Amino acid sequence: MAQDHPLPSISPDVRRSWWTPARRDHFIGYLFILPQITGLVVFVLVPLALMAWYSLNEWNVLAGTFSFVGLGNYEKLATDPALPGVLWASACFSVGLVLFNLSLALLLAVLLNQKLAGTVVFRTIFFSPVVVSLVAWAIVWRFLLQQDGGINAVLRMLSIDGPNWLRGPNTAMVSVIVVQVVKNVGLNMVLFLAALQNVPQELYEAARVDGASRWTQFFRITVPLISPTVLLTSIITVAGSLQVFAQIAVLTEGGPGTSTTVLVYYLYQQAFQFHFFGYGASLAMLLLLIVGALTYLQWSLRKAWVYDND
Amino acid sequence: MIKSRSRLALALYALMAVLCIPFLFPTWWMITSSFKPVSEIFAFPPTLLPRQFVTDAYGRVFELQPFARQYFNSLYIAVAVTTGTLAFSSLAGYAFARIRFPGANLLFMLVLTGLLIPSEVTIVPLFQMFLDVGAVNTHWPLILVPMLGAPSALQTFIMRQFFSGLPHELEDAARIDGLGRFAIYHRIALPLAKPALAAVGIFTFLYSWNLYLEPIVFLSSPDKFTLPQALTQFVDAYGGPMWNIQLAAASLTAIPVLVVFVIAQKQFIEGLAYTGLKG
Repeated sequence: MAQDHPLPSISPDVRRSWWTPARRDHFIGYLFILPQITGLVVFVLVPLALMAWYSLNEWNVLAGTFSFVGLGNYEKLATDPALPGVLWASACFSVGLVLFNLSLALLLAVLLNQKLAGTVVFRTIFFSPVVVSLVAWAIVWRFLLQQDGGINAVLRMLSIDGPNWLRGPNTAMVSVIVVQVVKNVGLNMVLFLAALQNVPQELYEAARVDGASRWTQFFRITVPLISPTVLLTSIITVAGSLQVFAQIAVLTEGGPGTSTTVLVYYLYQQAFQFHFFGYGASLAMLLLLIVGALTYLQWSLRKAWVYDND
Repeated sequence: MIKSRSRLALALYALMAVLCIPFLFPTWWMITSSFKPVSEIFAFPPTLLPRQFVTDAYGRVFELQPFARQYFNSLYIAVAVTTGTLAFSSLAGYAFARIRFPGANLLFMLVLTGLLIPSEVTIVPLFQMFLDVGAVNTHWPLILVPMLGAPSALQTFIMRQFFSGLPHELEDAARIDGLGRFAIYHRIALPLAKPALAAVGIFTFLYSWNLYLEPIVFLSSPDKFTLPQALTQFVDAYGGPMWNIQLAAASLTAIPVLVVFVIAQKQFIEGLAYTGLKG
């Protein structure tokens, strides 16, 4: 084959001078990243561009209509009477989740860091919900939170009349936050625990010699030294809180009313239940904008409150 | 002194024991309730152990849906996603950490973009793209998007951070011995990266195992369903959940992973912590 019809000969020297070891290395570098980069182009960049385009069109999948409407969907966004409630629910959920998650994670990490015998058992227990399937976890909690479910049964034994947790607007929001925090707090707890164990013990000894109380030690030594981890975990937790979907779908289906309809759930309803793809795309643009703004905000605030060793 | 210390320890144990309740009780309640007859499930006062031990619900799980098939779907999808992610993210992470090539910074920006974009944002165009190539109601979107799309960017980022922190000396020695790039990656760098690979593998598996939005958007026939999606389908004629059956199915879903976790909890937790601090 190839040997029968040799290519017009390029002298080996010329070829070598182009195909240098450095070029060869670049080529290998591109080969190594090729699958990942192709994937990101096809499954991130192209969809983002398509989404921007869809958001400028009126597109009802059921009716089969697709027509350019310019900023029509964004006008609809601005005047959608349901949207303020959805954004409020998202904000309540995210703020509640982040505050509760980070403070509980820090409390658990500090408790586990007390060098008591048997802490490995407690660590395993606190982490275990992380590995339980999300929907299975939500189903069990839905069962527990029924009017006549396990939690109210325990309350009744203490002569307390429990509410119908998932049917009251406020208790429903609190419930989805608590369910989500208990599910995932183990991840942040483990990161905090590792950060706590990296704080040099000499600092505490020096502080004790200077007569600093435990509280002072905690707020003047521990908190500043673990602040990079606090930043990391808060970025991950904020981003995660905006993506919550399965728990809402299983526990409340966005209800009662729209009190737990967060942005991703609303997007799902509009696009895949009501088939407004164009409007769904403009909601996705809004979500993207919020995620981007929050990440940028946290990143630029880091200089102000993260202790930097360098 | 000693007395006050042990009293403090006792107080800490008590506090931790109380805090354990919301973490342990749901799993306990799920498993025990799945063995209770329907009449006992909402009985008052509640029973910590089933008074009457029945296993009907477990049989019904497999009668009402092709549950074994759905179990297999979830498992093979998660294994495929994890295997692919480990290969592609370690290759890309290694190249970004160690090989200097033109455009590396720009291409890494693309990875960071993927890191910041929740995949929920792009679900509408992704659905349309897979519809155009006839891959809706197949498992391809559930395998390809997590393996190569936005969710995989975090894994590539973690691998890059890890490889950047490895000392250069070993690789330099291997290069002098005449090993090529791929051999260095495969024989030197990868074995050293076991903790990072373990963390990435666990994260990826759990991510795929938990996916819910994507399956309900992409899949429509019950024999293609994944477990999370199947769990919510055990409902009666009025759409109300059949609790004992849902709980039996949920137990079947949760217990195997919990068992693996309890056996390997040290690797799980310390691997994640280690990689989290590095990243």
